[in-house]
Amino acid sequence: MSFIKKPRIIHPESRPNSIGLSINDYEGAMSTLCAGCGHDSVSAGIMQAFFELDIAPHNVAKLSGIGCSSKTPTYFLRGAHGFNSVHGRMPSIATGANAANGELHYIGVSGDGDSLSIGLGQLCHAIRRNVNMLYVIENNGVYGLTKGQFSASADVGSTAKRGEANHLRPIDPILTAIDIGGSFVARGFSGDKDNLVPLIKAGIMHRGFALIDVISPCVTFNDHEGSTKSYLHTRQASHAAIYADYIPVRDEITAVLDKGANVVPLHDGGQVQFRQVDDKYDPTDRSKAAGYIRECQERSEIVTGLLYIDDDAPDLHMLSDTSETPLRDLEFKTLNPGAKALEEIQNAWS
Amino acid sequence: MATKSRVNDFVIRIATVNGTGSASANALLMKAIFRMGVPVLGKNYFPSNIQGLPTWYEIRVTEDGYLARSGLTDIVVAMNAQTYEEDLAELTPGGAFIYDSTWPRKELHQRSDIQVLPIPLSRMCNEAFVGSRARILMKNIAYVGAIVALLDLDMDVVHGLLRETFGDKHDLIDSNARAIELGHDYAVSHFECPLDFRVEARKPVTERIMIDGNTAAALGCVYAGATVGSWYPITPSTSLLDAFSNFCKRLRKDSRTGKSNYCIIQAEDELAAIGTALGASWNGARAFTATSGPGLSLMSEFLGLAYFTEIPLVLFDVQRAGPSTGMPTRTQQADILSAAYASHGDTKQVLLFPADPKECFSLTIEAFDLADRLQTPVILLSDLDIGMNDWPCEKLTWDDDYRPDYGKIRRAEELEGMEMFHRYVDYDGDGICYRTLPGVHSKGSYLVRGSGHNQYGGYTEKDDEYREVVDRLRKKFRTAASLVPKPVIDTYERPHGAIISIGSCDGAVRETRDRLEKEGLRLDYMRIRAFPFDVNVTDFLSKYSRIFVVEQNRDAQLRSLLLTEITEGSEKLVPILYYGGRPLSSLDIIERIRTQLREDKAA
Repeated sequence: MSFIKKPRIIHPESRPNSIGLSINDYEGAMSTLCAGCGHDSVSAGIMQAFFELDIAPHNVAKLSGIGCSSKTPTYFLRGAHGFNSVHGRMPSIATGANAANGELHYIGVSGDGDSLSIGLGQLCHAIRRNVNMLYVIENNGVYGLTKGQFSASADVGSTAKRGEANHLRPIDPILTAIDIGGSFVARGFSGDKDNLVPLIKAGIMHRGFALIDVISPCVTFNDHEGSTKSYLHTRQASHAAIYADYIPVRDEITAVLDKGANVVPLHDGGQVQFRQVDDKYDPTDRSKAAGYIRECQERSEIVTGLLYIDDDAPDLHMLSDTSETPLRDLEFKTLNPGAKALEEIQNAWS
Repeated sequence: MATKSRVNDFVIRIATVNGTGSASANALLMKAIFRMGVPVLGKNYFPSNIQGLPTWYEIRVTEDGYLARSGLTDIVVAMNAQTYEEDLAELTPGGAFIYDSTWPRKELHQRSDIQVLPIPLSRMCNEAFVGSRARILMKNIAYVGAIVALLDLDMDVVHGLLRETFGDKHDLIDSNARAIELGHDYAVSHFECPLDFRVEARKPVTERIMIDGNTAAALGCVYAGATVGSWYPITPSTSLLDAFSNFCKRLRKDSRTGKSNYCIIQAEDELAAIGTALGASWNGARAFTATSGPGLSLMSEFLGLAYFTEIPLVLFDVQRAGPSTGMPTRTQQADILSAAYASHGDTKQVLLFPADPKECFSLTIEAFDLADRLQTPVILLSDLDIGMNDWPCEKLTWDDDYRPDYGKIRRAEELEGMEMFHRYVDYDGDGICYRTLPGVHSKGSYLVRGSGHNQYGGYTEKDDEYREVVDRLRKKFRTAASLVPKPVIDTYERPHGAIISIGSCDGAVRETRDRLEKEGLRLDYMRIRAFPFDVNVTDFLSKYSRIFVVEQNRDAQLRSLLLTEITEGSEKLVPILYYGGRPLSSLDIIERIRTQLREDKAA
């Protein structure tokens, strides 16, 4: 942990993106998390994704709840508007913010405590409403700030640092999201940035609620032998079901389609290319995807990749049929019916 | 009393079973009297239930235009055998008791001080109509017919209302008119009509409407330019969002595209309801949520966040009887303290207290302006009586020159010219800082945090930086006191004391003052309309040696708030409390005030 003001160092070989910003423009304050924390890798992945997508930081709203993971919005995109809210309630803030103005990019960062215990209800309902946002769960199986209690994502039999085992069945955000109508469901690993960054990019560009569950080990409280959320265990037990990449519209012509790759077009004009490891896997088939993930889970395997996608599902604004102009930008004279209308309305009450 | 003619001054109490359609019959009756130009007031006592339990509707006909229950019952229409005994006991001596005598009940004839009017309503309707549903509904319309005869109501007015209600559904107009006739003709041929209680048409001085507070508040939200309403269903606030939804469908569709210039979100609970409103408000939309006591408890964490991070928000708390689930369909003013200091830590919230539906409309507009100006939640404390009962009001008016006060917002052009934007620096010395809206300009970005922050918005755990922010918030609250609506004060020359009250107590307090004045007891009156208390409140408190604080809760919450915030005169502030859940009547308070004043005089 550090109170040092982060020095601004521009790497001589760093190149600007198409809007003239360098990767440094996507940084935030110095992280105060433990050295080696998986969350810092996720923050780095988020910076890289926004940089590569040429999105100006101030067009991004970054939101979080409470916990180690929820501190991270301070550590990336200092130029973005941020909202560090209360424990487990970030999804509702994001829902309202999105209702008021659908034109920003919304990213929520949460943890397994914030999302799967205190905030499980809000997470589920934001998924149901298909709020257009990227929602990253930095999942480490423990409560860090309060010194290592099990969270609701801890696997049965996984042991805490002091040795006691968890006996409660875990809540899997991936299966939950697929079950209740999630339109973009993915799992990544903070130790595998190559596969994580494309997922983040695809999640940002997806229209609707994009959930990425990122296994992000807690080096202080849950990285020991016996933990199923450690770096070692995750590396050994995880495998990708699918390799996915986001191809923006400008690169589509030049992008080389991977041999055997499939394509899902997105509503922004770009597309997601993906290649499944297992031929039987189909990330556009909700029940098959759920079945496959459950089978892997029963074999104690952690399956990663873009596990389910439906870019056609209507999002919050389509479901509410809201105006093209963001509600917050509508002029008062458009919103106010005026004195004459008030007179007419009251005729029914006289 | 029994022989005195009571023109345009009496109370009818109608006892029915909920789910039988009596609400439309009662509305027809009240509207008929209202249309005859006579001030009338309706109070609904309904159970927290869908069908089959007792429900009462009370109509007060009041020439003097009082806006409270009288506390008396002059005519009872007993349509529910389950409550005959209770309804009979409720009747004031000299009153009339109407009941469905299809099944005659000897025991209802035991009181000699009243008049019993048996009418075989079920039998008549069973003979005249086909189908059990129609027979039940028409039985209710038939008692309206009997009352038309007994009170000498204008039959043309009644027929006009039927035509308005049913439009081109001629069969419904005909069947309802037939039921009216059944009741009317039976009354005319069996009783001396009209009764001593009766209605005489008047020409009203001002044009009035009948409206409930939730509808008026919803209309206020539309007129204030609110675009996001989020809520979780709870009695008695649900009808506010229902009304907002209906108004928006009518008034807020884009004329070109047909799309919605609003977004209503029915949240998963009250926490999400306020979170959604807060998120929208942070992002620059005018947003609100509506709830009642249990919801206020759930919302308190977010209220603290909004207070500390300084995000505007409008919250309607339509109060009901607590604690806990309490009596969801009964009224009270028992959330005053929990609203004023909602949330942990040193928080204080801005409260507005409307007294009637008209103020629900006007104070809603003020609430949005104040929330934006002060960058803090504004809680409108209405109650079930105001929110769900139809009140006679002056017509709502609107000034087309009104422009909303969005408060201190740095727009893109200003930010462009600035070196650096700081969120919580008090540049103007009023405790109110400048905010920015997300996505407007790269220089306007900052991180909202409910954790300790310094005046630049940065995280802090430093003593002096933290205190600088919370001390400024206290200063902002003092500024709020100068901006909130002033109390309404009525004075006499040489008063014997004063009354302080809030919200829906107003009607009963005014009636009490009138009656005491006739006895030679003059009480000045201040109706507080907002918290924090402004200087007028402090001054008023210092002027009198005896002040009655009238409110509808057990623990004298308004009085406590006054003593906590003003710290003067605990011995001279006498609590006058009613907390039984019915709308306040002058009878609930007048005797205690009278007794105290006499003791004061004797001393």
